[in-house]
Amino acid sequence: MSVLVYIELAEGSIKKTSFEAIFYASKVAEMTGGSVTALAIGEASAAELGKAGNYGAAKVLHAGDSSLFQSNIIAYSKVLLEAVSKTGAKIIVTAKSSLADAVTARAAGALKAGVVGNVTELPDLSSGFKVKRSIFSGKAFALTQISSDIKVIAIKKNAISTVETSSEAAVESFSISLDASVFDAKVTETVKASGAVSLPEADLVVSGGRGMKGPEHWQPLLDLAEALGAATACSKPVSDLDWRPHHEHVGQTGVKVAPNLYIACGISGAIQHLAGVNSSKVIVVINKDPEAPFFKAADYGIVGDVFDVLPKLTAAVKAL
Amino acid sequence: MKILVCISSVPDTTSKISFTDGDTQFNKTGIQYIIGPYDDYALARAVELKESLGGTVTVLNVGLADAEPQIRKALAIGADDAIRVDVEPTDSYFVAEQIARIAKAENYDLILMGRETTDYNSGVVHGIVGELLGVASFSPVMELSIEGNHAKMTREIEGGKEKLEASLPLVLGCQEPIAEWKIPNMRGIMTARTKPLKVVAPSGESLTSIDKYNLPPAKGAVKMIPAEDAGQLIRLLQTEAKVL
Repeated sequence: MSVLVYIELAEGSIKKTSFEAIFYASKVAEMTGGSVTALAIGEASAAELGKAGNYGAAKVLHAGDSSLFQSNIIAYSKVLLEAVSKTGAKIIVTAKSSLADAVTARAAGALKAGVVGNVTELPDLSSGFKVKRSIFSGKAFALTQISSDIKVIAIKKNAISTVETSSEAAVESFSISLDASVFDAKVTETVKASGAVSLPEADLVVSGGRGMKGPEHWQPLLDLAEALGAATACSKPVSDLDWRPHHEHVGQTGVKVAPNLYIACGISGAIQHLAGVNSSKVIVVINKDPEAPFFKAADYGIVGDVFDVLPKLTAAVKAL
Repeated sequence: MKILVCISSVPDTTSKISFTDGDTQFNKTGIQYIIGPYDDYALARAVELKESLGGTVTVLNVGLADAEPQIRKALAIGADDAIRVDVEPTDSYFVAEQIARIAKAENYDLILMGRETTDYNSGVVHGIVGELLGVASFSPVMELSIEGNHAKMTREIEGGKEKLEASLPLVLGCQEPIAEWKIPNMRGIMTARTKPLKVVAPSGESLTSIDKYNLPPAKGAVKMIPAEDAGQLIRLLQTEAKVL
């Protein structure tokens, strides 16, 4: 079956999660006897797009018109629909993100396609088409049958292990004429968050809670994050108190992260916080209260004062 | 301003999740249901917009009769009337189809809902509704103001946010801090009892279905490291957990 994978670009590079989606799509194509075409919308070099081949895409359709450099949900969904029609794809794969959700949702509406998000495993084709997905913010899984002719699968980040090869994908320019009305919505300003590492994509995250005692005490946490090359995050009370910006808030109603390592500093571990971090591979909890519920969800724990422990960790990282 | 707010009825976020009937059914025993937390933000902003600009707020739920306490709460918070499509909300496209069918008959200026429901976390219903209605859709929207026929929004993007402007009508998936959650007051609770709640039949069918549920494997015991020996943790993360 022909599989189309919608990939996302950030600053001209294919996102890591999109490589996971390409790899997943190539495995699905292998299982169903088809080939994988990737669709990239926005600004990127042919050399960069060719890397889609390293993870199994035979071809990349590149919609690189300058009118598409700024992300645009309506325009991108029209481009995606054109690519589906051109490739005859029956399966659309993407890496779950707020943009990919918004773009693929509209395409699913037009195609009357069943959508399943947060998929964590390759499909089971033994009877119909079933995928395992994470539900209840990581608290459970559901094996879900998709019965529509066209299927949309959004994979959960860091759930699919990839294998890289040296194959390159053929890059083909893909231009479609878009009705002017799709550009009705105007982006007037884009604000990039400060912080060296983007939180949703990060492999390593250092996060602070109310135990950090105030915004003026964040430096030891920032030092550890810098030494590790980690993104910084915080609990909901911390962002509600404006100690840290809202985009750092992880939890049930904030960013959901799935890094290899999540270090929680002075966070008690309310169930709403765990909902945002329970897909992390390894969780470290540092808290002065030995009864903090977070220790039950942790792989490693240190009972102690964060202001005493953090500098020791930073020194140990620097000594590696 | 004519606003439709779509709400889900979901287990309280502190619920312990379990399954019955050979892991084929969600176990509702002892579960406290609430308005979807993101939908609650959308509802709060809708009520604020009604208070400042005038107009009406209709609340829509796709769900069974057991969602009615949540619908009444939305009416108590300030919605004027409610519609319930009487069917289990099993699938994103199916739910969106019900919403679009209701919305087509009325010309809403704004259709608001949460960015995702907190049970199945799909986050696509608003986009599908937008496409089915031929109306622009945006998500996740964290600020919203209306001037005449024009909406100014802030949308969260990965690693930052963008400000954007678009003409009504719009379908928006909302998240904090678009508004503060509202708690119904006594007068709201009293008047909610008599506000109209219309129950309508569904149409169409689900495109997906769940065969089986399962819980994640239990977490192993936490390995504690003495605070005075904190540096040891970094070595373990490198050699044992292999994440550095």
